[in-house]
Amino acid sequence: MGHPKKASKFVANSKRMHWHDKALWFVRERRDLATHQLDEWEELRRVASEIKTHTMDRLDYYLEEFEKNATQKGLHIHWARDAKEHNEIVLNLLLTHGAKRVVKSKSMLTEECGLNPFLEKNGIEIVDTDLGERIVQLRKEAPSHIVLPAIHLKKEEVGKTFEEFLNTQKDNCDPTYLTREARKHLREKFLTADASITGVNFAIAQTGGVVVCTNEGNADLGASLPKLHIASMGIEKVIPRLEELSVFTRLLARSATGQPITTYTSHFHAPIEGGELHIVIVDNGRSDTLSNSDFKESLNCIRCGACLNTCPVYRRSGGHSYGYTIPGPIGSTLGASRDLQANRTLPFACTLCASCSNVCPSKIKLHNQLYRHRQNVVKAGLLGAKKRAILKVSSWVMKHPLLLDFVGLVVRKVVPILPRSIVYSKANIWGRGREVPKFPKKSFKELYKERKK
Amino acid sequence: MKIGLFIPCFMNELYPKASMATLKVLENLGLDVEYPMNQTCCGQPMANSGCYLEAKELAKRFLKIFKDYDYIVAPSGSCVAMVRVNYAQFLEGEEGFEHLKNNTYELVEFLHDVIKPTTMNVSFPYRVGIHNSCHGHRELGMASMSERNFPEFSKIKKILSLVDDIEFVTLRRNDECCGFGGIFSVTQEAISVAMGIDRVNDHLNAKAEVITGIDMSCLMHMQGIIDRQKLPIKTMHIAQILAGEL
Ligand code: SF4
Repeated sequence: MGHPKKASKFVANSKRMHWHDKALWFVRERRDLATHQLDEWEELRRVASEIKTHTMDRLDYYLEEFEKNATQKGLHIHWARDAKEHNEIVLNLLLTHGAKRVVKSKSMLTEECGLNPFLEKNGIEIVDTDLGERIVQLRKEAPSHIVLPAIHLKKEEVGKTFEEFLNTQKDNCDPTYLTREARKHLREKFLTADASITGVNFAIAQTGGVVVCTNEGNADLGASLPKLHIASMGIEKVIPRLEELSVFTRLLARSATGQPITTYTSHFHAPIEGGELHIVIVDNGRSDTLSNSDFKESLNCIRCGACLNTCPVYRRSGGHSYGYTIPGPIGSTLGASRDLQANRTLPFACTLCASCSNVCPSKIKLHNQLYRHRQNVVKAGLLGAKKRAILKVSSWVMKHPLLLDFVGLVVRKVVPILPRSIVYSKANIWGRGREVPKFPKKSFKELYKERKK
Repeated sequence: MKIGLFIPCFMNELYPKASMATLKVLENLGLDVEYPMNQTCCGQPMANSGCYLEAKELAKRFLKIFKDYDYIVAPSGSCVAMVRVNYAQFLEGEEGFEHLKNNTYELVEFLHDVIKPTTMNVSFPYRVGIHNSCHGHRELGMASMSERNFPEFSKIKKILSLVDDIEFVTLRRNDECCGFGGIFSVTQEAISVAMGIDRVNDHLNAKAEVITGIDMSCLMHMQGIIDRQKLPIKTMHIAQILAGEL
């Protein structure tokens, strides 16, 4: 099922759809407030985009730099070509360390790799410790947003989930109560964990360390208690120097939630005493995207989620309608780059309004990428025969002005005298929720000609 | 100065009044305007559907028809954005393309940037909500965008302010998309209509009597919703206000 079908199901519940739309618009407005307080906002965006573009053009160099410096600091670096290699590396590390229980903080990369089900199949308990992620994990759902994974759920639904899995009081959906209960539950998981997995927001080539940004401090707790810490990162997470980090931390939290900075910005430059810190660097299709000049900019993404919050289609269709790990504009372009056939409806889940491109802190021209992906959908013969035929015929007509005049004339004459049941038959998709325009007697061209006489 | 008038294909067929108003606005300002008879479509519907080969042919055709005018003016932000922003992929390096790209204007933009009138000599005693169509807004830069951190401005409001007795309403979401989106209006019908309803309601709640804008396509979509739901508001292309039609 492509995006349009799933989206129309989401829209059908108008009340819930508007609740979702408003919740995300609220985040977008908070972002606006925060960014408008910084006179240098546009300058920051420009610099960020230049740093990212520079780094991506020399990615091999910076990754090797990072590996060298990280190794010197006693970190262990692993390279994974794809999701499968990533998962195997992680499993191997866990097994050799005798780790059975694992806590994980937020990481879209491990979602992308399908790490949780893989580890569970191999007898490992893995617990997501970000509150929103834990909620969706308990419900066996995917995150519907990259920063706010459970934004599609109402507090009553969270209450029910906790009732079922954490034995909370019946029908108590007070957010403070539920958060406290979740904390209790997670604390125990932290204390008994054998290993932790985190994502990576930034890897600094110059220092050989990684930085993780969270609001709940769960990455720190996970990384400080058990002896084994594994951090997974995509190859695009590297930045050249520590100096550049501040540009991104200033952009990230403001874009994501309107906060000046995330509550925790944790730097990991060494394992904890007596422990080990492993970094798994994953490609999984990224170098293919990097080699495509139309789409390589999408690797500049810092996963702030702002393009999701601003997208009028995302807000009204929900993250799950995209059917790809990352929803919204950035997910649509990444998904189409990864697997065009499977994600062929995503470049069209967009009105080309360009709000995303202007909200993006890394200045990725997201809507232009989706526009370009559409051409590739057509090139690959994935548009659908009916649409293709209609467009072919109409462009043929458009090359013949006299024919166009004639077709226009006939339509303008005929449609007004047709009975409503025919004009608004099933085939008229436009007419399901809208009236068709009132057809005038004469075209502009006809009036123009008459006037000239 | 010779101006080539470009009327988007669907406007020619469905909105002769708004099209004629465009011509009138320009002529009232004493400009020399011609409508080339063999024009059809700029190719935007094809390009936005990914049909780049068809779009390219229409782009070439468009260039041939319009390249010799000093200015090309159209009552549509999105068709002009097609020419100025998206034609490059098809026409880069072709003779006359640079000129075409640099001299194709949306009507209000043309008035604001080139003609700079100080009065329009018309009155429009209604409360008006401005719909900032996305392509004009974000591709052509007709007004400051809510996403960006630049000083506030609006070419549309500035030109409309030359109209006597007009009143503007303040929207809650000043530049949210109406959901038309060309092919999107059909392939994603449900979301498209939902977005349109939300947009119209924003204008209604702000007590606007008329929704105006520079793109007839967005207005057609919203008018379709207004008519279906029988809402007490109507849409009107900006050219009609500027031409003094009540
Ligand atoms: S594409 Fe830009 S706006 Fe979207 S998540 Fe990435 S950095 Fe944020």
